[in-house]
Amino acid sequence: MTRWIFTALVLVALMLLAMVRLFKGPTAADRVVALDAINTLVVAAMIVLAVVFRQFIFVDVAIIYALLAFVGTLYIAKYLGGEL
Amino acid sequence: MILDILIWAALAVGLAFNALGVAGILRFPDVYTRLHADTKCTTFGSIFTSAAIVLYAAGEYLKAPEGQYLTLALHTVLAVVVLAFTNATSAHAIARAAHKRGHKPAQAVCDRLEESAP
Repeated sequence: MTRWIFTALVLVALMLLAMVRLFKGPTAADRVVALDAINTLVVAAMIVLAVVFRQFIFVDVAIIYALLAFVGTLYIAKYLGGEL
Repeated sequence: MILDILIWAALAVGLAFNALGVAGILRFPDVYTRLHADTKCTTFGSIFTSAAIVLYAAGEYLKAPEGQYLTLALHTVLAVVVLAFTNATSAHAIARAAHKRGHKPAQAVCDRLEESAP
């Protein structure tokens, strides 16, 4: 059990580090890249937390989160490219 | 025993690659190199942390055959497949949008997309 909590904590620490680029990023594209990284880490952390809390439904939530984050990233990219 | 070692190895590889991806975001000079480091490293790392979950579910299923561990393993595999497809596609979309917006690669000597653009 300890290893899963450790993994989740490391993933959260990595999210916070990626958030530095999210706030600092000189251009909007940099911020989108950081947001994309945070989304991927959130999905990974959610799968690990499903085992930590013994709530295996979290994995289904992670799948939906990945799909919705994908749609959000595509919309932001379209907007940045001036196609929206 | 062997399963525990495999789970630790998968977790170590996954966390190491996730950390490398985040370090790439923080250290690289422009948006394309950041995107390159982020997308590949975090996708690969998340595949490995999820592989650790699948191994754990397999071990628990061998100890006590309950359906919930089968569900956990299958849904984790599905989440990884979704992650692999969506990460690649969104990286392509971000790079295309950044190029359309006029961001130039920092230290590149040639830009084939600019040359081939109509």
